[in-house]
Amino acid sequence: MSGAFLAILKRDLALAARAGGGGELALVFFLTLVVLVPFALGPDLNLLSRIGPAILWLGALLATLIGLDRLFQGDEEDGSLDLIRASALPLELAVLAKGLAHWLTTGLPLALAAPLLGLLVALPGEAMLPVAGTLLVGTPALSFIGATGAALTAGLKRGGLILPILVAPLTVPVLIFGVSASNSALGGTVPFLTPFLILCALSLATLVIGTIAAAAALRQAE
Amino acid sequence: MASLIELANPTRFMRLSSRLLPWLGGAAALLLAVGFYLAFFVAPADYQQGETIRIMFVHVPAAWLALMFYSMMAVSALGTLVWRHPLADVAQKAAAPIGACFALICLITGALWGKPMWGTYWVWDARLTSVLVLFLIYLGIMALWRTLDDPSRAGRAVAILTLVGFVNVPIIKFSVDWWNTLHQPASVFRAGGPTIHPAMLWPLLILAAGFTLLALALHLVAMRAEIMRRRVRTLTIFEAERLDRLAAEVAI
Repeated sequence: MSGAFLAILKRDLALAARAGGGGELALVFFLTLVVLVPFALGPDLNLLSRIGPAILWLGALLATLIGLDRLFQGDEEDGSLDLIRASALPLELAVLAKGLAHWLTTGLPLALAAPLLGLLVALPGEAMLPVAGTLLVGTPALSFIGATGAALTAGLKRGGLILPILVAPLTVPVLIFGVSASNSALGGTVPFLTPFLILCALSLATLVIGTIAAAAALRQAE
Repeated sequence: MASLIELANPTRFMRLSSRLLPWLGGAAALLLAVGFYLAFFVAPADYQQGETIRIMFVHVPAAWLALMFYSMMAVSALGTLVWRHPLADVAQKAAAPIGACFALICLITGALWGKPMWGTYWVWDARLTSVLVLFLIYLGIMALWRTLDDPSRAGRAVAILTLVGFVNVPIIKFSVDWWNTLHQPASVFRAGGPTIHPAMLWPLLILAAGFTLLALALHLVAMRAEIMRRRVRTLTIFEAERLDRLAAEVAI
């Protein structure tokens, strides 16, 4: 059973690495977004460092949303989703493998690149690591909330635009606690650990709810 | 529960709802008339907020109903997924635009009330923001209904989305208690009884009952329209298939 799980994971990672459109595309999109912000707001470094974590989080959210519609749609089109449904592996675990692969190719690179991009928005040095940490523990939640939305719209020919509409409102709590944890790392009244732990809890909860809901959505789409 | 199972027959539902509707509509009109009379001519102006307090009589029932209709949709979603009740997804689909309407009324009246009281139409306060998010979720659900053609497939997909989005409802209800922001804390349904003066509480409760009955009547009308729409759809498909067969026979 774990063999099938690892096979799906490996296959999705290989697809992302070889077919393009995986991690590096999300990363380039993230970079483009962060570069655009100073043009819109003006290059005031004080202002940028104050809203830096928010920009990084917003960039992570949008970069996650961009590639999401392909999460199940490609498999639905070429029929491999039917094979996954028919296999002995519970559909929840298959969704978990695919969600994990999605996070490894979008969320994780974004979190690793955050300190570098933090330089562009004048994030102070001591805040770099905590902000990257919030992205590291928070982006799984985005991937798994997104997996539910992707599963709901897997069979849709014109699902590209509806997916962000469905997913974005549900990511509000993650965004709130992600940014508030990052801001308390920059210095604030709330200790860093409180929102950080809530963020971890949100990721763990969506890991469960998201996989179950996405598997249910895939089942009813048969 | 027994009556819910009886209602699973759409024909019986149509008969019962057509008999129920005039009473529901009449009671709603009566309660709203009495409630608005009390609210506008009998209830005193607030010592602090003056006449603007009367916005409350529309604002608060709208907020309650926006939450109530979402909860009803969540129960319908369970009905679709767990009990496979044939009318559950009809009820869910009919409820979404009504709930969205009340959420919008709540947001607009809140903005109009906020301007004289807080000096601004909008602040990013916890309760305001969470109601706006609820409105967006309503719109997302309505959008998902429109992108899937087959009603039974769409019903199950929307049911999953509705249940996932239900997480937001308790957050809205308790947002004023958890985050101490501009919006006042709960003053009617709270431990230790309401803090509103009876002269204002009574018109509010009567109007809330009136709006609830109005919403339920609208919900029944929307459900009947949806059932008829599905019948027309089925008939159209039958007709198309019949013509298809005829064409095939002619070709042979």
